[in-house]
Amino acid sequence: MPSLKTFRNRIASVKATRKITRAMQMVAASKLKRAQDAAQAARPYAEKMASVISGLAGSMANNPGAPVLLSGSGKDVVHLVIVATADRGLCGGFNTNIVRKARQHIEMLLREGKQVKIFCVGRKGRDQLKRNYNHLIIDTVELAGVKRIGFSNAAQIGRMVLDLYSAGEFDVATIFYARFKSVISQEPIGQKLIPAAIETSATPQTGAVYDYEPDEGEILAELLPRNVSIQIFRALLENAASEQGARMSAMDSATRNAADVINRLTLQYNRQRQAMITKELIEIISGAEAL
Amino acid sequence: MADKIQFDLVSPERLLLSEPVDMVTLPGTEGDFGVLAGHAPVLSTLRPGIIDVKGLSSGDMRIFVRGGFAEVNPDKVVVLAEEAIPLAELDAAVLDQRIQNTEEDLAAAKSDAEHDRIASNLTDLKQLRAAL
Repeated sequence: MPSLKTFRNRIASVKATRKITRAMQMVAASKLKRAQDAAQAARPYAEKMASVISGLAGSMANNPGAPVLLSGSGKDVVHLVIVATADRGLCGGFNTNIVRKARQHIEMLLREGKQVKIFCVGRKGRDQLKRNYNHLIIDTVELAGVKRIGFSNAAQIGRMVLDLYSAGEFDVATIFYARFKSVISQEPIGQKLIPAAIETSATPQTGAVYDYEPDEGEILAELLPRNVSIQIFRALLENAASEQGARMSAMDSATRNAADVINRLTLQYNRQRQAMITKELIEIISGAEAL
Repeated sequence: MADKIQFDLVSPERLLLSEPVDMVTLPGTEGDFGVLAGHAPVLSTLRPGIIDVKGLSSGDMRIFVRGGFAEVNPDKVVVLAEEAIPLAELDAAVLDQRIQNTEEDLAAAKSDAEHDRIASNLTDLKQLRAAL
């Protein structure tokens, strides 16, 4: 039977844990707000970009002179899988879910006899993928030191990806991240980055016929590399919001769980105390009776 | 002054400016062009240079952009710029740094097309530096 002192120590330690998880939950809540605002603020640019590109791509898609970022390299051999995760844990199944989704994709590609290269953004994803696919990981970018994800971070990653592409290192790129649906629900998804997955609208929304300066092909060639960075930026922002949301709900349930544990331990502690008092009383009474 | 035209300046991180203005002069890749209300629809890429905005509620404004592109409609101008700094906040040191970076990029350029693009960026930056 554990002594009363061990109970007291355990209760104290669980209480300390509860304080930490509660603090983390509150920090995550305020960071979530900021991350959501950032994701919101980035939307106009991405939307404008998408609408311009889809307008242009419609006329260019079947053109033999179309930029390779749009039409692809014509091969389907080497796949680049970009896995964007958090740099820190303690956020429930957030990292695991993204990695699982990516792993399914990688397994599928490997079964089809494709060559796979993995590019990790975020430490946690690399740690998890290292176990099985260490030889496939070509590079890792860590954003641990970054307080607020800026476009420059995404542009840097975008440049690395584009350099690899122009060097012919891969044919198809897919990025995995968690889309922010709500605070309690984040959905890991894979999105095709190269060749650009573009919804081509048959009719331009504005209805206006634009003059292009320089010509359409050149504008598209200019925009598509930028679009890659934008998509990465968007994924990173969504990911940041999702991470905070996941951490918030994980820490919320941890706090609640700690409260349950404290209640149970307190009950056991009191029972034990009562048992000892009863035992002592019995000893005194039986001692008195023996006289 | 005639009708105003809506001017939106958007960076990847946020909407920087959205206001009706009298006139915008944009540094297009194929030459600067001014936009007034009722301009024909144009899509143009921008080179690094200065956007001249006239008739903001806070007066005129000159903004440095590092490339991007512009969509012009009769009643609206949208500029998507990766980086935009009001000229008042831009000083020579920042620009020198930028020129140095671009020169390094130029040395590291892999393809001819990339080389050409960076080289033309560099000329633009140097012109801007001289104009400052």
